[in-house]
Order: sequence, then C-alpha cells, then structure tokens
Amino acid sequence: MTLTLDAPRIVETRPLLEVKAVSKSYGPVQAVRNVSAHAYPGEVLGIVGESGSGKSTLLRMMNLEEIPETGSYTLDLPDVSGNLFELDRFARRMLCATKIGIVYQNPHLGLLMKHSSSGNVAERLLVAGERSFATLRQAATEALDASEFPLDRLDAPPIELSGGMQQRVQLAKAIALEPALLLLDEPTTGLDVSVQALVLDTLKRLQQDRQITMVIVSHDLGVIRTLADRVMVMRRGEVVETGLADQIFQDPQHPYTQQLVHAKL
Amino acid sequence: MSLSTLTKPWEAMSYGFLDGSAKRELRRKMLKSVAVPGCQMPYASREVPMARGWGTGGLQVSLTLVNPQTRVKVIDQGADDSVNAASIRRFIARVAGTPTTMDTLEADLIQSRHRIPEEVLRDDQVLVLQVPNPEPLRPVQPNMSIARQMHADADYGRMWLQLYEQIVRSGRVMQGASYPSLVHGRHVMTPSPIPRWDVPKLHMAKHLTILSAGREKRIFAVPPYTRVEPLVFSDVPYKVEDHGNLTCTRSGTTGFFMNEIPQDDSSSAFEVSDSEWGVKTIRAREGEGESRGETWYKDGEMPQ
Amino acid sequence: MTQVLEIDRLTKGFSLHHLEKDIAAFEDISFSVAAGEFVLLKGANGAGKSTLLRTLYRSYLPLSGEIRFHSSHGMIDLARAADVDVAHLRRTEIGFVTQFLTARPRVSAEAIVAEPLRLAGWEHEAALKTARKALETFGVKPDLWAAYPTTFSGGEQQKVNLARALILPQKLLMLDEPTASLDANARRALVARLQELKDQGTAMIGVFHHPDDVIHLIDRVVDLTPDAAPQEDRDDVAL
Repeated sequence: MTLTLDAPRIVETRPLLEVKAVSKSYGPVQAVRNVSAHAYPGEVLGIVGESGSGKSTLLRMMNLEEIPETGSYTLDLPDVSGNLFELDRFARRMLCATKIGIVYQNPHLGLLMKHSSSGNVAERLLVAGERSFATLRQAATEALDASEFPLDRLDAPPIELSGGMQQRVQLAKAIALEPALLLLDEPTTGLDVSVQALVLDTLKRLQQDRQITMVIVSHDLGVIRTLADRVMVMRRGEVVETGLADQIFQDPQHPYTQQLVHAKL
Repeated sequence: MSLSTLTKPWEAMSYGFLDGSAKRELRRKMLKSVAVPGCQMPYASREVPMARGWGTGGLQVSLTLVNPQTRVKVIDQGADDSVNAASIRRFIARVAGTPTTMDTLEADLIQSRHRIPEEVLRDDQVLVLQVPNPEPLRPVQPNMSIARQMHADADYGRMWLQLYEQIVRSGRVMQGASYPSLVHGRHVMTPSPIPRWDVPKLHMAKHLTILSAGREKRIFAVPPYTRVEPLVFSDVPYKVEDHGNLTCTRSGTTGFFMNEIPQDDSSSAFEVSDSEWGVKTIRAREGEGESRGETWYKDGEMPQ
Repeated sequence: MTQVLEIDRLTKGFSLHHLEKDIAAFEDISFSVAAGEFVLLKGANGAGKSTLLRTLYRSYLPLSGEIRFHSSHGMIDLARAADVDVAHLRRTEIGFVTQFLTARPRVSAEAIVAEPLRLAGWEHEAALKTARKALETFGVKPDLWAAYPTTFSGGEQQKVNLARALILPQKLLMLDEPTASLDANARRALVARLQELKDQGTAMIGVFHHPDDVIHLIDRVVDLTPDAAPQEDRDDVAL
C-alpha cells in the first residue's frame, strides 16, 4: 500500500475550482457517484476514463449545464460566491458567459454553423453586454488570432471550415472574454492526428501565455499526457485514482489505471 | 314546450361582432400587455369573417375597443382607400355602428397595417397595428419554447448577433421593416412590419399602441410615454429610409415616407405613403384651407 | 553543511495487478545530500537507480519511508506532500534532467529553453536572452535557435534539453544519464555548468553510465546493490 498524501502546505492559494461530493443519476443509471475534484489557479486537470465513466457529465456540471442531485460547486473568484449549483438560470447564464469557456467535441454544440466565425466569437461579448461593433470586431479578431485561426477566413461560417478550424473557432469563442476557467470536452477527438497535434499545441501555448485554469476530459491518454498537470481517472461514475500526470502514467496504482496505461503503451 | 319558448328571438349579432366572453378576454390581455410593455401575451384568437393573415388580430382588438361614438380610421400601407382597409372599416362600422373617418386627427382609433400615420397622435388616440409574426426571436431561434425562455431571461445576444452578421456580410444593417426594438428597456419586440422610418414615432409617444397577431394569437403593447429603442450598436447609428428629401409627384409634399412607383423609363416616381396626408396637402394647395396637423418628422428629419 | 535532502528508510515496489505480482525495486534506502554536494548512485542494472531518482521526484509513489526536503518553505516530506506542493517545488526548487527532450511542434529551441524562466516569472526578453546564452554554452549553432527542435538530430535535441533543464539554478537536481549521446564538447559544457551550479549550492543526485564523465564532481557514491554498504567514500569507487 502506498502512503496517504498530506494536505497542501506550501501552496497556500485556494483551488480555483472545487466540486464536492456530486452525484447524478439518469433513471436507474448512476452517472456520477460522490465525485470530488479541484483545480488550482493555472493548473490543468485532466480527467480520463472510458465512455460512460461519467467524465463528460462531470464536465457539464462544471459548465452548469447539468445540476447534480447532491454536492456543491464553488469557484474562487471575485464576485462569485456560494454553491453555484444553486444559482438561478439568469445568474448561471451570466456566470457561464463571463467566467467559463467551453470547447465541445462536437462543434455543432458550441457553434452556430451558418453564422460567421467572427460572429460566433462576438456572441460571447454580446451576451456580456458589449454594444460597440468596432470593439466586437476587434475582440473577435484577437481571440481568433490567439487560437491560431487564419484571419483571412474571419467571416467564413464554421460549416465551410475543416474540423480543426471549427475547434479553433470554439476555442476563440471560449477565451474571448478571458475566462478564469476553460473546460475542454474531448477537444481533439475525431480530428486527423496531425491536426490534433496542432490543436493541442495551440491549447498548450494558450495555457502558458494566459495561465488559464483548464479541465480537460478525454479518453485519449496522449491528449491528457500532453496537457495535464494532474490527472483524475474515472470509472463507472467514480474516481479511482488521482495524481500528478507523470505519476499516473509512470506509476499507476489502481488496477484499472494500470490496464488503461498499459493498453496505451 | 316549443322551440320558441326555449330560444330567444333572432338578433343580427353581438354588438361589435365578437361575443362578450371573447371581448372580455381581449380586454384582460390588453391590460396585461400594457402592464408589461413589449411582452407578448397569448390569447384565444377568435374567428372573424376574414382570412387569418388579413388583419384578424387587429380587427379583434378594434372590435373590442370600439363603442358607438368611437371614430374609426383604417389604413393599409398608409392608404385609407385600399380594398383591405375599406373592407375592415366598413365591417367595423356595420357591426358596431361606429362613425368612420380618414383624417388622422379626427380618429379615436386607428387600425393600421405596416404604417404609422405622419401626423402626431395624441394621448386620447389608440393605434392598433396588425402583426403577421409577433416573435422577433423567430429568425434566430425557431423553437418557440426556447424563445419564450430567452425573453424571460432578456437573453438577446442572438438578436444582436443577427445585426452583427448583417454588417459583416453587407456592410450595413439590412433589416428593413419589423426592426427589432427594446421596449421599456426590457422586452425586445417586433414593431410589426412598419418601415424603419416609423419606429422612432413609437418612442415616448403620447398614444397607446396595441399590436395584435390573429394567426399567431399574440398581443403586445407600447403604452404611452414608453421607451422604444431600436437595437443598434453604439458605433453604428440607426438609420431611417433615405426619404427625407423626396417629393410626392401628386401632392408635392416633401420629407415623408414615400411609395416608389417604377416608371417606364426605369426611373422612379414617388408618392407619399400616408395617402390622407397627400390629400390634405393637395386641399391646402388648392385653397380649401389648412387641415394638416403637426407631424413627427419636420423637414424630413425626426427631431431628437 | 546544510542538508538539502534526507532519505529515510525509503522503500519502493510495484504491484502489477494484471499479473497479480509485486515487484520490489529497492528497500530501506537511507542517505542524505547536502547543499553543493554531488552524490552518484551506483548499482547493477535493475538495482533501482533510475527508480530511486523518479521516486525522489515523485513520478513514482514510495511504499514507505520519508524524503525530507529542506525547501525554502521549510521541511517537507516529498513522500507524502500534496500533488500541488510537489508541482510547485518542481517549478521552483527541484529539477530533473533526463536524456530525452519532450519537444513540441512549432516551439522554437530558444522558447523551449526559456520556458522554465517564463514559468518562474521572468520577463519575456530577458528569458530569451538567457536561453540563447545557454544554447551557445552547449554548442547549439545560432541559426538553430529559432528552429523547431522536433526536426533536430538526437544529439542536438539533447543539448537543447540540457540547456533547458539546467537554466534555472535549483536547490536539488536529479540527473538521469544526461551524458548519453552527447559529443565531447557538449559533455564538457555540461560538466562546466554542473560545476557552476554545484558551486552555487545545488545538491545533485546522478545516475551515469560512464561516471568518469563527471568524476571531478563526485563527492560521494551510494551503492544501491542489495547488501552493499549504504555509503562509500569517493576514493573507493573503482573507475
């Protein structure tokens, strides 16, 4: 048996994100069972697990799209307090628009496919109340540029773009308001391997330049290994193991994690 | 017992065509819509002897509001003499015994399709606008249940996005009629397909405007002295149609909303859209006395 | 001498669940390292030299024992420290040098080298300047500085890797065969840089295939071969 770890002693900042003891079931299926997670400011938390492990449900809870039956969720940010699961719909929408960005695996979930790409990004700012066309245009251009989207296609609708480009538009939309938290739900799944590498590289670069706290969910260990500082392994709605990314990959403890890591290598 | 003891003697119809309960419902919904400016209230749109889409919503409101002293004016695209306007006017007069007029200043109630008269309405006048599609969010959100939730949340980002898209694609806001407008700083409404020219007339107007969609069964209102602000970006000003310096070929009046009449030589002639304004101008020119009232636009400009 | 690291009865093994098998790596290891001291780990193949380094770095979780690290925040047991504390120490006080570079596409050599400085809060230009100097020291040609190391040869990649790993003076440095695949010049540069860090007080624990590369740096040898004496004097090393 390994040792039980102490509470943090050197790092005194509080976690930016803290989810405590959340449970959610769909009919007889328990999707998430008593799961807790946290992420420190600037940290990248990776959540791995096979489909049905509850990792995406947990991410949707963090985006307040899904409200669990029990548990709490706090973000340590100015003007944000209390259990976020108890916010009303209006407050929830404003919080999500201004503090949280999300990139979905399926761009249809995050984008208006027939609107312009810049418009998709500008929508975020419109929801937050920006009413100057020039400001919207500039902010959209800057966010797309930061996502390494080719600016000559600024106004092309996502439906005309490749999968990798669509993910960049989603990313630009997610970071347009400089969120404190960026959620990524299988952001590169379904892309060609070479495109995948480029998108991951963009994410890595953004993370380093802006020190955004990220939670990334993927069944692809390579993606998690590239991005995550700390990893949480989920299976059947429960957390089986958490640890530093290199430790999880080099010295997995739980039988399931070992199986997962060895299957990959 | 015979049939005659069980039934009332035959009467022509209820006063104002609609039965009492229909009118009561409409009155209640009108009060509600005045209480929450710009918010769409559902109502059980009744059958009237006119096809849906021809002004049945406006007609039901008019029939509910009139009494035998109400002087009624009906216009269609600004004209009192179009077939549709004339038919509705004659129908209201017949079922409610109301006097009718074409003079905006004389009217107590004005039912209109797609225009607001050029002469300023007073606080004792009611404007009833016929609305084909009451939901401003329909182009951006086809699911009406979600659209209602968006109204409840004042979630109008998509409306703005639509304007953004128009500027990006065409260099300017393309929305012509039905320009979405924020009422009392809360609800976005469609002002019915009136031209952009007419929208500023609703802002802080003295009169009550009731907008009613018969086919869609929705009623909403702009009470007197209520803010009506077209959605515009702070750096892209709202522009009305460029009619301020056009002159009517028939009446010679200048500075009002015009109908464009294509000519054989592919040029255009213009006629003032508010037909009664044109008539009054011609009368004044021919020495029959001045009957024109104050207008919203002065020298083709809307005073701020 | 100020102690930097005290390893106390440290034990590591692996449980391979699918084989239902426990593999022991090392048992009851105890030794300490002082500031400016260079400790060479010795032992036959499989004696657990690399495993020990990784356990100290917490890439591996120990089974028992203590790794008392005297950080600038006070003493902390790395065997039990919270993940976030370990991550923080890795950014600021504990370095690990391997023979492999994790190059990323479209990141220039100088940017990779400057990264630890950037993470430590250095200003962009100053970080780049220092990074270029480090690359020069290790003999990477200036025209490669702005190129992407993904396309470099193994030797060149290793130089970039070393420049990056050694750019920030740290309290504790783990070296896992950093001299493999290095040419003579780069090896000289490495030894010089290690000497520099040592003089600044960095404590080092290293595993080397050819310890003669760093012979002048070694203060002490720890033999991990089971039943070997836990500590030997530098003079006893048979080279």
